[in-house]
Amino acid sequence: MPDFSNPADWLPWAFASLMGLSILIYVVLDGFDLGVGLLFPMADRIEQDRMIGSIGPFWDANETWLVLAVGLLLVAFPTAHGVILSTLYLPVFVMLIGLILRGVAFEFRAKARDHHKALWNRLFFVGSLMTALSQGFMLGLYIMGLEKTLATYAFACLTAVSLAVGYSFIGSTWLIHKTEGALQLKAVTWARRSLWGAVIGVFAVSAATPLVSDRIFGKWFAFPEILWLAPLPLLSVSVLVLLWRLLQRMPMQDDRQNWLPFLMSTALFVMAYLGLAYSFYPYVVPEKLTIYAAAAAPESLWIILVGALCVVPVIIAYSVMAYFIFRGKATDLRYE
Amino acid sequence: MEALDTLILSRIQFAANISFHILFPTITIALGWVLLFFRIRFTQTGDDKWMAAYRFWVKIFALSFAMGVVSGITMSFQFGTNWPGFMETVGNIAGPLLAYEVLTAFFLEAVFVGIMLFGFSRVPRWLHTLATGLVAFGTTVSAFWIIVLNSWMHTPQGFEMIDGVAHATSWWEIIFNPSMPYRFAHMLMASFLTVGFLIAGVSAFRWVLGDRSREVRSMLKTGVLIGAVLIPLQILAGDKHGLNTLEYQPAKVAAMEGNWDTQPNVPLLLFALPDEETRENRFEIGIPNVASLILTHSFDGEVPGLNDFVAEDGTALHPPVLPVFWSFRVMVGTGVAMLLLSWSAVWFMWRRRNRHQGRSNAHRLAVEGLPKVLVWAMVPMAFSGWVATLAGWYTTEIGRQPWLVQGVMTTEMAVADVPSPMVLGTLLTYLAVYAALLSAYIGVIIYMARKAAAGEPQTPNTPFANDNVMTAAE
Ligand code: HDD
Ligand code: HEM
Ligand code: HEM
Repeated sequence: MPDFSNPADWLPWAFASLMGLSILIYVVLDGFDLGVGLLFPMADRIEQDRMIGSIGPFWDANETWLVLAVGLLLVAFPTAHGVILSTLYLPVFVMLIGLILRGVAFEFRAKARDHHKALWNRLFFVGSLMTALSQGFMLGLYIMGLEKTLATYAFACLTAVSLAVGYSFIGSTWLIHKTEGALQLKAVTWARRSLWGAVIGVFAVSAATPLVSDRIFGKWFAFPEILWLAPLPLLSVSVLVLLWRLLQRMPMQDDRQNWLPFLMSTALFVMAYLGLAYSFYPYVVPEKLTIYAAAAAPESLWIILVGALCVVPVIIAYSVMAYFIFRGKATDLRYE
Repeated sequence: MEALDTLILSRIQFAANISFHILFPTITIALGWVLLFFRIRFTQTGDDKWMAAYRFWVKIFALSFAMGVVSGITMSFQFGTNWPGFMETVGNIAGPLLAYEVLTAFFLEAVFVGIMLFGFSRVPRWLHTLATGLVAFGTTVSAFWIIVLNSWMHTPQGFEMIDGVAHATSWWEIIFNPSMPYRFAHMLMASFLTVGFLIAGVSAFRWVLGDRSREVRSMLKTGVLIGAVLIPLQILAGDKHGLNTLEYQPAKVAAMEGNWDTQPNVPLLLFALPDEETRENRFEIGIPNVASLILTHSFDGEVPGLNDFVAEDGTALHPPVLPVFWSFRVMVGTGVAMLLLSWSAVWFMWRRRNRHQGRSNAHRLAVEGLPKVLVWAMVPMAFSGWVATLAGWYTTEIGRQPWLVQGVMTTEMAVADVPSPMVLGTLLTYLAVYAALLSAYIGVIIYMARKAAAGEPQTPNTPFANDNVMTAAE
């Protein structure tokens, strides 16, 4: 914990938290809309329009959390930002192309002539896949300390696939909430299947992280830390079991509790993320650069912090308002 | 050599990315306000033609916005992947400005654009109008912050260097740096001109295809009027901007004018091929004394020359002359073309005022008055705003070289240590993707215009009737 009487000490900490928060919000929110893109080829044409309808009003704002996250990395930890992003040059590039393709395919498919629509649909899927895989790949490289070894790349491939499956999973729980009828039934099936991929991913990451570094191992398996850390994995496992049983009974009569799977999968994402954050704190470049060493000048951080504290609650308020306005089952999108 | 290749490739890649990005904000900044105008006119008059105009342009807005967002995300990663030195040196200043852009603008527009595009029948009218207004406001605010940063890179002040890192001393001076007001005003007007000519051009295209609907008339007139009103102001602002540049970046102005020696009585060059090897112009055609007049407001005023910006060992300390010289001419030439076109169009439409067929209420402008050539000329001018904007940015940005932040750091100091083949690979892929998307974008606009001209089945007059369409679709 930082020393709160000294700004040079707690400002980096505050910014690391803010950045962490915005990555977390990004992963959950863009996670579900990327997931919907990944599930796209498994639906028929009419269902596809409905799936697009379920994420249409949200995806842009969801991606803005990524912009905020990388912005905070850039402004608060300028040195780390250069090291991380130039090391991840290629996967970042793949992700950007993926984001470009899916973002524009989304718009083009609704406006292009009919025989081009199939092409844009395919690009929407391909873009989502590129984005999800490259993000997972970067996660793997990061966990392995950005080393350039074969083991790192192998592990990164595993995390790439797991994250993609994880996104499909949270995407299908979103669809359970936002759709009905045959599509909702399909979404339940997708959720049941992808849950297992997500589980494997989380286990792989949890098992690998402590093994990569003695420091992380020590953080988790020392006494007394282990006592107050134990609830995290235990809670995750119980949520998993509950979720699994819930999915067996979905969809329920009168569509009851259709929001619960999404909520529980969000909880899973949050816990997995907290575990990772605990492991890496206080490093921003694993084992090389701490948030304190990498932080920008306090006077600049102050200016941003003041702005952020005023504005972020407002942003959250109007984001919640948007989700409220577009609550309920998705309809096909219209500009009217 | 390796590092040099990486530098050049990274520069081309940055230029490609920002050029692609700027195309779309240029449209969305002003189109947001124009949509708000259509929306308000509809509320005031209840006349369907405004709603039809809104409906047509909101689709193009949605498409442009998506293109702007995804290419913008690329921009924010660029700093880290290709230019880590930039943030390491001036991050204390650039950082807060970028952060404020995200916090005050990006979220605002990203959230409310959902309501603006898809909320028509879900929210009360006032909220929909408010959402449209907030999106327009958001795009303008984001242009403000990024222009502040960019202007600061041209005319930096309000900071001190400690151990090679810039630290802010006065945020007021940083934000209101000397070139910011000019650049911001000029950019905003550029955006409105781009949109004005786009609207006029697309409407003219529909007119040529035989579309005589009332919304086409109103759209065409709106577009032409935006152009006619703003272009003189833009030329004035451009002149002021140039005088400001003369004060702070004289080498850039020397390159823009193609003037080698500091001297009085400098001609305004209409054509020339500046040659940096021989340090003179070939094939020079100019109007005597006019450059002196424009820059110093006197016929024999002294204009700085490029030869003043050469190091003792002969290396040039001024920007590459040819691209600056020519992109400046392309911008100004486009501006002149815009002036001629929009003013003559207004003149012809005004001559035929009150006389267009079958309408009783007074019209001050009649589209029928336009000669065929003018209508045809508007069609290719639909994208003239893009040409001028890009040319303007090339003048500004190339004119700042070799500096990245004028007098503080050179571009070379910022570049990442990434293998050059990798940069080449990503650059080529970006170019291919951009070329494909750009043709798709223009293709879709043409397709939408054709569809609208052919009389796409219109939705019922009252937009709120669509509520039923929605529920029926379920
Ligand atoms: C529709 C677009 C458009 C049009 C018609 C014009 N410009 Fe422009 N110009 C821009 C769009 C633009 C721009 C893209 O917005 C730039 C680049 C940076 C900036 O702030 O504005 C610019 C930059 C720019 C600069 C460079 C400032 C610098 O040194 O950094 C000057 C001197 C002018 N303009 C002058 C003019 C003049 C004399 C025009 C007369 C016709 C003109 N512009 C028309
Ligand atoms: C939006 C319109 C803009 C365009 C079209 C544009 C274009 C360009 C071009 C063509 C170069 C390359 C100059 C050369 O290599 O000789 C350049 C350089 C650069 N510009 Fe801009 N620029 C724009 C705005 C901005 C803004 C807003 C920023 C910063 C926030 C910026 C930052 C830079 C940087 C970092 C470079 C250095 C890299 C390089 O030299 O290629 N530019 N820009
Ligand atoms: C290096 C420079 C730049 C960076 C890093 C950058 C970054 C971004 C990002 C990340 C977005 C997407 C925001 C979202 O998620 O909603 C965006 C959109 C936008 N940018 Fe840029 N940008 C740059 C240059 C410019 C310039 C030069 C202008 C205009 C003068 C501009 C104006 C806008 C506007 C108005 C939007 C929102 C509307 C739209 O996307 O069409 N940007 N930019």
